[in-house]
Amino acid sequence: MGKHTPLYDTHRRAGAKLTDFAGWDMPIHYGSQIEEHHRVRRAAGMFDVSHMLAIDLTGADVLPFLSHLLANDVARLSQAGKALYSCLLNEDGGVIDDLIVYFFNALHYRLVVNAGTAAKDLAWIERQGADFDLDIAPRHDLAMIAVQGPQAREKLWQAYPGTRMVSEALKPFFAAFDGDWLIARTGYTGEDGFELAVPAAQAADVWAQLEAAGVSPCGLGCRDTLRLEAGMNLYGQDMDESVTPLESGLAWTVALAGERDFIGKRALLAQKPTRQLIGLLLLTRGVLRGHQKLYTAHGEGEITSGSFSPTLEQGIALARLPAAVAEGDVVEVDIRGQRHQARAVKPPFVRNGKILISI
Amino acid sequence: MNVPANLKYAKSHEWARLDADGLITVGITDHAQEALGDIVFIELPQTGRQLSVGAECAVVESVKAASDIYAPVSGEVVAANQAAVDAPESVNQDAYGVWLFKIKPADSAKGAAELAALLDAAAYAKVAESE
Repeated sequence: MGKHTPLYDTHRRAGAKLTDFAGWDMPIHYGSQIEEHHRVRRAAGMFDVSHMLAIDLTGADVLPFLSHLLANDVARLSQAGKALYSCLLNEDGGVIDDLIVYFFNALHYRLVVNAGTAAKDLAWIERQGADFDLDIAPRHDLAMIAVQGPQAREKLWQAYPGTRMVSEALKPFFAAFDGDWLIARTGYTGEDGFELAVPAAQAADVWAQLEAAGVSPCGLGCRDTLRLEAGMNLYGQDMDESVTPLESGLAWTVALAGERDFIGKRALLAQKPTRQLIGLLLLTRGVLRGHQKLYTAHGEGEITSGSFSPTLEQGIALARLPAAVAEGDVVEVDIRGQRHQARAVKPPFVRNGKILISI
Repeated sequence: MNVPANLKYAKSHEWARLDADGLITVGITDHAQEALGDIVFIELPQTGRQLSVGAECAVVESVKAASDIYAPVSGEVVAANQAAVDAPESVNQDAYGVWLFKIKPADSAKGAAELAALLDAAAYAKVAESE
């Protein structure tokens, strides 16, 4: 038996099909993954993401510590509530995890890290933070619910009118506290919406109130197809400790300029990436899958995340390919021993309900 | 669980039915479509292909996974259901109504014997429940 989030019984009662995800029993869907996908693109859906871990960092040295720890530059965060996406790197520039960091004030930041890497991250952060004046507090007492889709914000305000005042003015990638809730205009679907962090004891009630307002429960199955369409990396598939952000489509998240020294910076400055992460659109009918082999005029590669895009109704993927492969190039993919053609495209495939690549 | 009594079943989750014309029609079970989830792609054998029992001969892919389909009986593929290829989700909606392909046994006695060796509904229901 795996670990359970505070919403486990809620999922069971709703008839969710459960699966193991990084040691947690999580809903993969509640009936149809594709219908849930479309609900998020067209209306509003919600995900239990309580398996992810929030870690509060407080103390006099938080800013210098995070400036040392993270590849992106937290000094960019000057407005309260602003969030930033960053990689956590090892000395070789390999990706230990990707995370969101929230800035609350000069003495208080929050990291939200992946479920599968939470224990490893925490140990790394504690080790790196040993010489800093710092308190590191994993928030196992919180549940996290992502409400996503073009109607997501309206639905939250319908369910909880009191949240409107603090959250209506939030721009994308900003968050605000409303009592003991954190409401963040962030997500992992390519749609507008909020991610809520609430006390675990309230999770089931919040879920029920949102559902009553017309938000559809969605499983991790469609979370994966939504993020893939949105061109967002998944840790463990699209990058891990064996690759750097520069080979993973994440160069934009690394602040290399200036004097700031961070873990992994020296390795990144020395690297001339020979590989890249790029999108693929399958040009025949079928489904792309992780680890399928790719053949190009510039050498071989491999799919890191592949699936069937419910919005495009075609196979799509993120793939690690030689750096010389350009957008628009046609490559070959081995599917069960047969070569099929796919076109290299620049992700995202879909954002805010709209297809962004030519089909 | 929906397991019609008039069909025979393979452990690998195909159903088979002997029709009045002597052909054996093959599809996947309701349990199989349920386990796969939303089906988005189906690849069927070419007509004319000779299959032995247990041969990998088709692929059904859902958003989640690809699943090989095995021949429950031997013989020649004489028909493949293009309607299933064109609308893969129809297998989710009606796994026993939307067949995949039809096999013509080398002779009717062999076909009957291979069909008899498959599971009946009660035995298949036990297999499916144990998963």
